[in-house]
Amino acid sequence: MKLGQAFKLAWQCILGSKMRSFLTMLGMIIGVGSVITLLGLMQGVTNYLVDTFSEMGTNNISVTVKNTDTRVVDVDDVYEFTKENSAIFTGVTPSIASSYTVKNGSSSVSTTVTGVGEDYLDLNSIDLAWGRSVSYADIKNRYNACVLGTYIVDELYDGQISAGDTIRIDGQIFTIVGILEEQDDSTEGSTDDCIYIPYSVACRLAGSTNISSYTFVVNDAELVTAGETLLDNFLYNIMRSEDLYNVRSMTELLDTINSMTTLMSTILGGIAGISLLVAGIGIMNIMLVSVVERTKEIGIRKSLGAKRRDIMWQFVIEATSISMLGGFIGVVIGYVATVTLGNMFGVEAAPTTNSIVLAFGVSAAIGIGFGYAPANKAARLNPIDALRSE
Amino acid sequence: MNLMKKKQQSEAEYSGPLIQLIDIHKVYYMGNSEIYANHGINLEINEGEFVAIIGKSGSGKSTIMNIIGALDVPTSGQYILKGKDVSKMNDNELATIRNKMIGFIFQQYNLLPKERLINNVALPLLYSGMGKEERNKRAMEALKKVDIDDKYRNFPNQMSGGQQQRGAVARALVTNPSLILADEPTGALDSRTSVEILNFLKQLNREGNTIVLITHDRSVAEEANRIVSIQDGTITFDGTVDEYRKQVAG
Repeated sequence: MKLGQAFKLAWQCILGSKMRSFLTMLGMIIGVGSVITLLGLMQGVTNYLVDTFSEMGTNNISVTVKNTDTRVVDVDDVYEFTKENSAIFTGVTPSIASSYTVKNGSSSVSTTVTGVGEDYLDLNSIDLAWGRSVSYADIKNRYNACVLGTYIVDELYDGQISAGDTIRIDGQIFTIVGILEEQDDSTEGSTDDCIYIPYSVACRLAGSTNISSYTFVVNDAELVTAGETLLDNFLYNIMRSEDLYNVRSMTELLDTINSMTTLMSTILGGIAGISLLVAGIGIMNIMLVSVVERTKEIGIRKSLGAKRRDIMWQFVIEATSISMLGGFIGVVIGYVATVTLGNMFGVEAAPTTNSIVLAFGVSAAIGIGFGYAPANKAARLNPIDALRSE
Repeated sequence: MNLMKKKQQSEAEYSGPLIQLIDIHKVYYMGNSEIYANHGINLEINEGEFVAIIGKSGSGKSTIMNIIGALDVPTSGQYILKGKDVSKMNDNELATIRNKMIGFIFQQYNLLPKERLINNVALPLLYSGMGKEERNKRAMEALKKVDIDDKYRNFPNQMSGGQQQRGAVARALVTNPSLILADEPTGALDSRTSVEILNFLKQLNREGNTIVLITHDRSVAEEANRIVSIQDGTITFDGTVDEYRKQVAG
């Protein structure tokens, strides 16, 4: 018997009992659908996280130091070090972030106020919509100047700022010298919800004399590791203990995120994979029942000259067709579910090619694997006993 | 092409008896006990004969039918079908023998309920690897012979018992086998259709087909030309219908 005929026969059997075939397929549909959906959504979440963190700058290295009475990282030394290593570092800026309540008249909001150096906006490619940035003179003179994000402007000034307007940060009056361009959507907690002030002023507000955190920018993302090593040496020479400083880059964070989401994907995929296994067992069960039900048919076919191989093919192809058809429907449903759920959760998610290939391949393999035992049972039936059965 | 010709020649050249059963024993094992179904059966059937094998249930006639039909192999002894020793063949070789050399007619017709009549009749040809057009052509020819070619698109449950059995006869004929083996072919039919089917078999025999008919029914057996009676796994009578009648009467 030729393969094409075996497929035709399998198809007839599947259509011959539609309800049973569908219920058998259902396990496969759910299994494949959930594998694809979970992996697709997880990939969407990963992409979202990676994008979000990448926006914060993959060229950045952040350094925090715990200054002590005797071991101090001096701002001027840091600037000097950066200038010496200009082959690697584009620049450096102190960044001291704290949360304060800021007020204009009677309206107030709570926001992140970051003390920065004069290069901060340039280094982070942030543009101004109006005015100027924090200047060297502001830093030296500890002048209460500030640059506002658009969220603050919208909230406290109804979007209108004129030269000379002031704002109260932690009770102190600051002159607004500039407004940032809108970067996000001017909502609370977005990158537009921020205020920049001179780092020297930020130190004073925080009541400390030394700067505890810096952001270094390297010339190229590939120089991050080299930059980290240099910084590590530089800081170790001053602090003499690894516990007193911390050098971190976005690359490391991204690696951590990636490995965590990969782990999550594996676990979720594994759990969904179990349902594929259950579906396979369901197929095997139905095929075993089918072999018993069709013992007479097998006997007739054998008496007319069907070889073991012919009977084997008939049942294996039937099981494989059921599981592959289920797999195909599962892929379609998984695709739709991934995109729909992704939209609901605000994550741009699409099934990965890998997960589709994997899920479909596994469903085909399960059809062959779990179809084999019943098919073998059918093929080995003794034609006399099979003919005699009713 | 050459191979086919050679095969046909060698089959044509074979001049010995169609069936030779030489000292056939068949033992079934049930737990620890042995059951002797056949106990030294010797039988020769020539081409063109119409032989009825008659015996009560438990006499061993079904066992001998299974062996003649290549559904089973003997425990010892030789079964030679058209010069080929079938008794030592494996499953696949037996399947080929059943497919090419034997046409079965069963008591319960044994048509596949989910297949149309034409596909049922063409089924043996499917397993011999024939293309669809040729299969359908031959199936229609076989259906014409038994005079139900108008029912070719029907499913078995849309036909009467007699029509189904005629379909089964067509299926047995379709491969042009060396031997037609009918196992109680009238067992499920009323007397009128039984006569009809038996007349078909007689006609097929007149056309040169070798027919072996297995039955427990004396009146059916007497429609054949030669009767072989089996009792307790051995042949107790082998002769013409007239001789059989005399023996029974005597």
